[in-house]
Amino acid sequence: MEMPMRMKAGATGAALLAMACFALPAVAQEAAPPLAAPKAAAPIAPGQTFNIGVVRQLPEPPPWVAPLQMPPDDLGIAGAQLGLRDNLTSGRFLKLDYKLTSETVPTEGDPLPAAQKLVDAGNRFILLDVPPDQLLRIADALKDSDVILINVGATDDRLRQQDCRANVFHIAPSRAMLTDALAQFLISKRWRNWFLMVGRTDNDKLYAEAVRRSATKFGAKIVAEKTWDYGPDARATAQSEVPRGTQVGEYDMLIVADELGEFGDILPYNTWLSRPIAGTQGLMPLSWHPTMENWGASQLQSRFFKQSGRLMQPLDFQMWEGVFAVGSAGLKTRSSDPAKVRAQMLSPDYDLPVFKGVAASFRPWDHQLRQPILLTHATNTVTLSPQQGFLHQVTPLDTLGVDKPETLCKFQ
Amino acid sequence: MKRQTLLSASLAALAGLAVADALPAQASPRAFVSNERDHTMSVVDMESLKVLQTVKTGRRPRGITASPDGKLIYVCASDDNRVEVYDAATLKLVKTLRSGPDPELFVLHPSGNPLYIANEDDNMVTVVNVENNDLIAEIPVGVEPEGMGISPDGKYMVNTSETTNMAHVVDTATNEIIENILVDSRPRIAEFSKDGKQLWVSSEVGGTVSVIDPATWKIVKKISFKIPGVNNDAIQPVGVRITKDGSKAFIALGPANRVAVVNTKTLEVEKYLLVGQRVWQLGFTPDEKFLVSTNGNSNDVSIIDVASEKVTKSVPVGRAPWGVVIVP
Repeated sequence: MEMPMRMKAGATGAALLAMACFALPAVAQEAAPPLAAPKAAAPIAPGQTFNIGVVRQLPEPPPWVAPLQMPPDDLGIAGAQLGLRDNLTSGRFLKLDYKLTSETVPTEGDPLPAAQKLVDAGNRFILLDVPPDQLLRIADALKDSDVILINVGATDDRLRQQDCRANVFHIAPSRAMLTDALAQFLISKRWRNWFLMVGRTDNDKLYAEAVRRSATKFGAKIVAEKTWDYGPDARATAQSEVPRGTQVGEYDMLIVADELGEFGDILPYNTWLSRPIAGTQGLMPLSWHPTMENWGASQLQSRFFKQSGRLMQPLDFQMWEGVFAVGSAGLKTRSSDPAKVRAQMLSPDYDLPVFKGVAASFRPWDHQLRQPILLTHATNTVTLSPQQGFLHQVTPLDTLGVDKPETLCKFQ
Repeated sequence: MKRQTLLSASLAALAGLAVADALPAQASPRAFVSNERDHTMSVVDMESLKVLQTVKTGRRPRGITASPDGKLIYVCASDDNRVEVYDAATLKLVKTLRSGPDPELFVLHPSGNPLYIANEDDNMVTVVNVENNDLIAEIPVGVEPEGMGISPDGKYMVNTSETTNMAHVVDTATNEIIENILVDSRPRIAEFSKDGKQLWVSSEVGGTVSVIDPATWKIVKKISFKIPGVNNDAIQPVGVRITKDGSKAFIALGPANRVAVVNTKTLEVEKYLLVGQRVWQLGFTPDEKFLVSTNGNSNDVSIIDVASEKVTKSVPVGRAPWGVVIVP
């Protein structure tokens, strides 16, 4: 476990190394098991082959990136690749096969043709990391295809609410799940008075909306609110500007809504009062983090590191979950027929072990994966929500996000 | 030393005869508890229920077992990628064995050799000759191999893979997988009844224990658990131990902080015993009068009186006690 930290700094180098490893499967030890399968001689029938596609549209780059946060070239895709390896290792015992094809689309490109191409090539399970409008276009275009779409990237609540689609499953936690997870923890700490700082983008406004909703839901109070207006790169003037901009009277916690990462990281230690920071930076609600190690998580982390030579990020984890979700259902259906897999993914006995202590599963009313959410800062996972004491008649996991009675989702 | 001579009468010890009467006080059975988070092993005197000694081990000790004669203690030092062998009397490290990467749990053949080791990071079971440290075989299994069980006649070794969610049955004559049994999520432990007629597999995240008939390798029943006031998500079966007479099974339920007592005939849960926090593994005393549970989050072990099915005492040990084995 000493190695990962050293590798982290050279993110680009690590990504290159990872790609090099991929070009030479013989180098990576874990590529061996499928070949070493016992009695692997008989060819695998098409009905037992799961063709999984991935479409990733590169997001708009932020105005600046801290060296520690340089996104690796294979972000996300590497997680899908690990999911494929895990599926192959398990599936060979039941004569199941899995294939993965990924398409990366530039920021200004159109992901629909890429998705269509994957479907035309026979992929029946498509992981999507694309903006919400594109996701809806793809979902509607493929409405009559025999395909399961899995949203691994978009956190937009509307995709689970008024804009939900019956052919889409959501692995990525919604913003409401993330901010509920944070709110539960802050309430359990009795840090109830929040100062909300909102960035300039539409996504920041959506994150802030989720924070407000969570505050109401769990009884926190937003005592002050501001919009960040010091430009896209205030690193040089932070020490003078942030203290001025944060003089809003007493509060317990500064909650920041900055999904692009323009200013959240320059707030800590620059605020007027000595108050901690949470939200998109500081103490962050996330699906995953390299510091997560309980409940067997360190095994997944070390498998990922062995494969890719870098640390596992939330998008890597979400893509791993997406591929693993199909694989786990497939062990039960033993058939890659999307209708059967879909029925299994929604069946009451479907439980996905995702290294967080309790099983994840899909909410039937909006197809959102219910799973614990980490609260982590840069170097430690502090806790996982739901927090103790937040009770629910079915599962405490449904205290995070939009529960059945509140859902606006009507599948057509 | 008197005890040494007696210990060498391994059959007597194995049969669990009333050795305590014949021995001076210091020769009562001792429990060896691996403490995952402070890299030690606590040695508990089972008569006085005092910690006799804390032995420094390799890093992250988890799986722990004893040779059939009770003279040697085997410990998986997971972060040091080796198996350590201690003299149960002197508590000295005798030797280390190869283990393959990240050994978590293992099982010793009933004859005392070889040792079957689950390599959690490598999707492999490593088979090692404990006499000369030779690698006998590497058996590819599912993702994150963990639980290791062996049939009393030594013919079948069963490994559970936590992420593949299967119990893999290996013929020990050929070291090949002959059967794969799909069970519920995160299977942790595989344990045969002493007559070899039942195989119990606990599923931590699935919250069930599958009872399998080794004649057909089919699941006979999935036992589930319900505890008033405890959320279903917190019921996570891990350690399983079955009495020699085959009448009762004890199942550690993780963060539910309970040990379930199951009737092996009806396969119904009869009782829940409140123990320490995040109860993980279980071990009987050789005479089966007592069962010891390791409680990972309260840093202690609970002593359960088997006949009365009551928890009689808890004994503080090291940080995050993981496994336990008790020798005469």
